[in-house]
Amino acid sequence: MQHTISVLMNNHFGVLSRVSGLFSGRGFNIESLNVAETSDPEISRMTIVTVGDDAKIEQITKQLNKLVDIIKVVDLTEENFVDRELVLIKMNAEARVREEMLRVVDLFRAKVVDVSSSTYTIEITGDEGKISSFLELLSPMGIKEIVRSGRIAIGRGNKSLTTN
Amino acid sequence: MGLTSRVNSAKVFLRHTFRTRGKNRPHLFEKQWLYFYDAGKTISKSELMTTKTKNSAKKKAPSKKSNTGQPMKGRDILVKALENEGVTVIFGYPGGASMEIHQGLTLSRKIRMVLPRHEQGGSFAAGGYARATGDVGVCLATSGPGATNLITGIIDAKMDSIPIVAITGQVPSTVLGSDAFQETDIMGSTFPLVKHSYMVQNIADIPRVINEAFHIARTGRPGPVLVDIPKNIQQQETVVDFNVKFDCPSYKPNLNPSVLQCKKAAHAIQTAKRPIIYAGGGIVSSGASRELAAFAKKTGIPVTTTVMGLGSFPSNDPLSLRMLGMHGAVYANIAINHADLVIAMGVRFDDRVTGKLAEFCKNAQFIQIDIDPTEINKNIMIDVPIQGDVKQALKVLDKYVEPKKDLKPWLKQINDWKKEFPLTFENKKGEIVPQAVVAEINKISEKDAIFSVGVGQHQMWAAQFLDFDKPNNWLCSSGLGAMGYGLPAAMGAQVAFPKRQVINIEGDGSFLMNIQELQTLKIENIPVKNIVLNNAHLGMVAQWEDRFYKSIRGHTFIGDANFAEVAHAFGIKSESISDPKDVGPALKRMLKHKGPYVLDVKYPYNDQCNGHVMPMIPANHTYLDTYLDASTTLRDYWEKKGHLEEE
Repeated sequence: MQHTISVLMNNHFGVLSRVSGLFSGRGFNIESLNVAETSDPEISRMTIVTVGDDAKIEQITKQLNKLVDIIKVVDLTEENFVDRELVLIKMNAEARVREEMLRVVDLFRAKVVDVSSSTYTIEITGDEGKISSFLELLSPMGIKEIVRSGRIAIGRGNKSLTTN
Repeated sequence: MGLTSRVNSAKVFLRHTFRTRGKNRPHLFEKQWLYFYDAGKTISKSELMTTKTKNSAKKKAPSKKSNTGQPMKGRDILVKALENEGVTVIFGYPGGASMEIHQGLTLSRKIRMVLPRHEQGGSFAAGGYARATGDVGVCLATSGPGATNLITGIIDAKMDSIPIVAITGQVPSTVLGSDAFQETDIMGSTFPLVKHSYMVQNIADIPRVINEAFHIARTGRPGPVLVDIPKNIQQQETVVDFNVKFDCPSYKPNLNPSVLQCKKAAHAIQTAKRPIIYAGGGIVSSGASRELAAFAKKTGIPVTTTVMGLGSFPSNDPLSLRMLGMHGAVYANIAINHADLVIAMGVRFDDRVTGKLAEFCKNAQFIQIDIDPTEINKNIMIDVPIQGDVKQALKVLDKYVEPKKDLKPWLKQINDWKKEFPLTFENKKGEIVPQAVVAEINKISEKDAIFSVGVGQHQMWAAQFLDFDKPNNWLCSSGLGAMGYGLPAAMGAQVAFPKRQVINIEGDGSFLMNIQELQTLKIENIPVKNIVLNNAHLGMVAQWEDRFYKSIRGHTFIGDANFAEVAHAFGIKSESISDPKDVGPALKRMLKHKGPYVLDVKYPYNDQCNGHVMPMIPANHTYLDTYLDASTTLRDYWEKKGHLEEE
C-alpha cells in the first residue's frame, strides 16, 4: 500500500543523504521525495511517498526516527490528509492543437506560464488523480518535457505537525 | 519566505547527495564561508598557553573556569574537549590533515596517544577498548586513506553496538570539493555506517560537537560517531566556551520500559511451561548482567546467549545453555526450538542465530526487550514488545514475576539434552587439536582474563570452549565478522587494563591481517598474549568447501608461516609448537612472560569433523539440520530413534 510520510528534520547538511541512503541501503522504495525549509529555517520538512506492507512501513518509520537529525516522523496515511503536486509541462504547441490544449488547460484550472512560437509551458497543481488524467489528455498532443515537484502533504483538521 | 533563501539552504542541504562542484562551489559552501570569515576575526598568536589551563580541568567534569578568555587553536580546543569527556587513550595515526591535532596531543598530560601501525588497527583497538571498558573508545586518522582505513572498525562498532568516536582530519575547507590531495568525503562515505557524524564547520562548535559525539556514542543503543575536522579549523584560533550542555532535541532515546508491557510479559512468563531467555550484547552494553542473573535465578528460567552475549550470564551456571546458533550448543538450539516462550533481551534475531526464519521457534510466543525500536518486529513478529533499557526492564519485571514452580519437567528435559548432546571435541594422537588449546588456556588463565579473537574457526572454538563469568571479557567482531580483529582489539583492551591478562586467540589468516600491530605491542610495551592457531588455511571457508563444494579449494590454502619468527623480528618473545605434549607447558610459559608474546600453534588442517567447527547448522536451515558430526544430522539421529514422530 502507498504511504505518505511527513518528516521534520534538522536542516543540517547530509540529512537528505542519510535518508536516501537509508532507503537504498535497506531496500525501501521511494515513489517521490520532496524537501524544503519550514517557517523555522533550522528545520526542514520532507514528504516521502513510499510503498510497502505494514511490516515494511513500520520499519521505515522506525528507521527514520532513529536517525539523530530527524525530529518527528508521521505517517499521514493513518489519518485524513491533503496532498498536492506541482507539474510543469512543455508542450509542442502546433497550431492545430493549440485550441484544444487551451481548453484542456482551462478545464483542469491549469495555467499557461510561458509561450514561444512553437511551445506552451503549462503549470498544474493537484493530487495524483487529477494530474494523471491531465497528462493523459495532453500526451497525444505532444509533450516535449515534464518536471514534477514530488508530492507534498499536510494533515486535515486542526492538528498540526510541529517540533514540540 | 524568499525563494532565494530556500534555494541556498537547499544547496547546502543537498551537498552530500549531489556533489555539483566546480564553478558553483563558492555558492554551495556559502554557509561555511561565512563561518570561516567569522572565525577569522579572532586569529591571534598564542600557541602554548593552552597547556596550563588544560591540565587544571578535572576529569569528566568540564571546568567552568577553563574558559580563560584567551584564544586557543582549534586543535587544542579539540584536545581539551576530549579531556573534558574523560578520554585517557586515543589510538591515532598521523598524517597531513591530522598532524596538527597530534601536535596538540603531545601537550596533553591526560591523554595517552597509542600509535597503531595501520588505521584499521586503530579503529579496532578503539573497539576493543570500548568492549572491555564499556566506555567510549577513540581513534584518530588523517584525511583520505587514513579515514577510509578506519571504516572497517567503524562499521564493526555499528554492527555490534560498540561506542566509539572516530576523529578524522580533513583537507582545509577552502579546498574542500576540489579533489585535493588526500581528500575523501569521509562523512558521505560513512553515512550508512555510523550512528551519527559531524563535519566541524566552525571552530566555536568543537566543544559542542565533541560533547554530542560522545553522548550519542555512549547513550541509547551505543554506536560509532564520526567527527571530521578540516585542517584550517584545527589551525584557527578563537576563544571558546567549554561549558556545553547536551541539547539535541531530535535525539532522545527512551530508556524507560512501559510498565503495562512489563506486566503483560510477566503474565506470559507466569503461564509459560517451557520458557527460555535468549540474551545478547544488549545485556552487556546495558550493564544488566546482575539483573539478568537475578531474574533467571528467581524465575528458574534457563538462559542461552548469542556470541555477543557471552559473559552476560555465567557459562557454567546450572541454568546456562551457553551459546546458541549456527555453531552453538546443540542442546541450546533444541531447547529454544522447543520453548513455548522465548524472552529475547538485547538481541537482534541474527540469521546466524535463527537460521531459517520461518521455522525458528515456530510454536513459541516472543517477548522482546530492546532499547532500539527498529529491532522489534524487524525479523520476527513479537507478541510482547518492551522498548527500553534492558536493565530498567529487568528491574520492573522483577516486581511482577514470581518464582516458577512448574519448570521441573522442562529443566529435566533440557538436562537430558545436555547429557545427550554435550559440547565437546575429540582429542587426537600425534597432532595438536585446536579446541584442546582453547580448553587448556581456559583452564590455566586468570579468572578475569580478557579474550580477544579474530574471525573464523578459531573464533567459534573460542566461543564454544571458553568460560565467561563476567561481561566485557570477550572481544569479538560478531556482526561484521572482520578478520584481523583480535590483535588490535586485544591491544585496545590491554591499554585500558595493563595489569590484567589479555589473551588474543587468532587464526593464521586473521593474524596476518593486522600483524603490523606487533610492533605497537613491542614499542608501547603492551603485554598481549597471542595464540595463533595456525593451520595454513582459511579454515572456516575451507570447512564450507568440504561440506558444500566437494573440498575443492578455492584459494583457501594460504601457506605456512612461522609466526614465532615473525614475532622475533619485531623483538617479541615467541615460540612455535606442533607437538600436543607442548601445548600445556608452552601456554604456561606464555602466561608467565611479562611482555607481549606470540605462541604459534601449528596443526594440520584436516577435512574431518575434527578440523571443522562442530556442531554446525548450515545457513538458512533449522536446528533439525544440525550436523552432529561429519555425516549425521540431528534429524537423522532422531529419526533413527523414532523420536520425530512423537513430536
